[in-house]
Amino acid sequence: MAKIIVVTSGKGGVGKTTTSAAIGTGLALKGHKTVIVDFDIGLRNLDLIMGCERRVVFDFVNVINGEANLKQALIKDKRLENLFILPASQTRDKDALHKEGVERVLNELSDEFDFIICDSPAGIESGAMMALYFADEAIVVTNPEVSSVRDSDRILGMLSSKSRRAEQGLPGIKEHLLLTRYNPERVQKGEMLSVDDVNDILAIKLLGVIPESQAVLNASNSGQPVILDADSDAGQAYLDTVSRLLGEDVAFRFLNVEKKGLLKRIFGG
Amino acid sequence: MSEPSIELKGSLFPLSVLYCQDFSVATLRQELSNKLAQAPGFFTQAPVVISVENCTQTPDFAAIKQLFIELQLVLVGVCGADATIKKAAHAAGLAALQPPKAGKTTEPAKPAAPAAPTAPAAPTVISADNKTIDGNIRSGQQIYVKGADLIIRGTVGAGAEVIADGNIHIYGALRGKAIAGAGGDASKKIYCYNMQPELISIAGNYWLSDTLQGDYWGKPVCIGLQDGQLMLADLF
Repeated sequence: MAKIIVVTSGKGGVGKTTTSAAIGTGLALKGHKTVIVDFDIGLRNLDLIMGCERRVVFDFVNVINGEANLKQALIKDKRLENLFILPASQTRDKDALHKEGVERVLNELSDEFDFIICDSPAGIESGAMMALYFADEAIVVTNPEVSSVRDSDRILGMLSSKSRRAEQGLPGIKEHLLLTRYNPERVQKGEMLSVDDVNDILAIKLLGVIPESQAVLNASNSGQPVILDADSDAGQAYLDTVSRLLGEDVAFRFLNVEKKGLLKRIFGG
Repeated sequence: MSEPSIELKGSLFPLSVLYCQDFSVATLRQELSNKLAQAPGFFTQAPVVISVENCTQTPDFAAIKQLFIELQLVLVGVCGADATIKKAAHAAGLAALQPPKAGKTTEPAKPAAPAAPTAPAAPTVISADNKTIDGNIRSGQQIYVKGADLIIRGTVGAGAEVIADGNIHIYGALRGKAIAGAGGDASKKIYCYNMQPELISIAGNYWLSDTLQGDYWGKPVCIGLQDGQLMLADLF
C-alpha cells in the first residue's frame, strides 16, 4: 500500500508544484518508488517543472474516463529509475475529476508505488478537494506572509473536516508545515513573518524551511527539480525535508542570516 | 401633534419547535416530561410551537394546551398546518405559523419514524450539554452551540467563528470571531488565554478588533457585559 501525500496550500504561487516535484524526486532518490500526480487539471505545470512536457501523450483525465490505461499515461522520469509522473489534462477543467474515478486510479497506483504525491491546485474548490480527499499525509506549503498563512489555516480546516479520513472517522491526516521562499534577512528586518510566528498561528509540525533562492527559478526553467541541484541552498533544504518526511531527525538550516566572511565582505558576495 | 399611543412592528423571535409523531396527549405528556427532566428549569415558560406537518388527523388542541400549562410551557401556535388543522388551532386560540425555512431539521424525523414510532422526533428540545473541542478551529470553520457553553482546547484562527448561546472558553489564542450569549443572554462571558480577535460579541453587543487594541490585546482576558456595555478584565 502506497502512502498518499497531498501537497496543498490554498493560496496560489507559493510553491506547491516546485515542492511536489522536489519531494517526489527526493523520495525516488532515496530509493522509494514514487509517482507524482498533477491534480491541476487545465493548468498543467508539473510536466514543465519535471522536464517531461514533450512526452505527455495521455493524461489523468484520460485514465479516469477509461480512454487510456495507467501504463500508457504514466511518464517515466529519464533521470531516476523509480520516479513516475501522471500529468494533468490541459484541455479540460477541474470538473473532469470525480471521487470514484480518482479513487480507482489511486487504488491502482497504490498497488505499485511506495509514495503517491498529489500536486493540488490552488483554491478550496472541487479540484483541491479531490487532491486532498484520499490523502494519508499533507504537506501544507506556506509563504511567510499573512495571506498565505490564513489560506493555509483554511486548508488545514478542510483537511480535518472534508477528507476521507475525517468523513469515515479514521485517524486524521498527518499534517506537515513547509515554509517556502524564506528570507532570513527580511525576517530580521521585520518585513517577513518568522518561523516562530507561522508556527504560532498554524500550530502544526514543521517539516522544512526552504530559503528564497535563485536556484528555484533556474530549476523550473530548465525542467530539473531543484532537489537535484545539490549545491544550492534550496536543493539542500529540500533534501533535509525529504529525510524528515521519512522520519529522520535532521537539524533545520538556512534559518538565520549567514555571516559574511572577511573575503566576502571585501570582495562582495 | 398627537403621537399614536400604539405601534405594531414585525420582529423575529427564537422559538422552540416541537416535532412529534404521535399527537395523543398521553404520549406527549410522557415524552415531554422525560425531555424536560433532562434539563430542569431550562424550559420553564418557554414559548413553543408544535409542528403538525406529519399530522394525519386533527389533534385535540385544547387538551394539548392544557398539558403545556401543566408542564409550565407556553404553547404559542402550530406550524405546517393544512386548512382543517389550522381551523382547529384557531378555535383553540393558537396562531398558525409558517413552517421554518430551514426545513432540513424536519427531514431526519421521517426515516426514523417506522423504526421507533414512539421515540421523540428531531431533537429540537435543547439539551444543556456543553460542547468541548480538542484542537484548533481553523479559518473558515464555524462552530455553533445551541443553548450551552462552548469550550475549546486550542486556538481559534483568523477567519473562524465560534458562537454559543452560553459562555465561550478558549484555552488558546482567539484570532477569529467569538459570539457568546447568541440567544440574547447578557450574563454570558467569553474567556480566552490570548485575545487578538476580529470581533467579540455578547448578546448582540459587539466590538471589532480596532476597539480592542490596547492593554488587553494578546493577554488572558475575560469579557463580559455590564449595563449594556462590553467590559474587559484580566482573566486572573
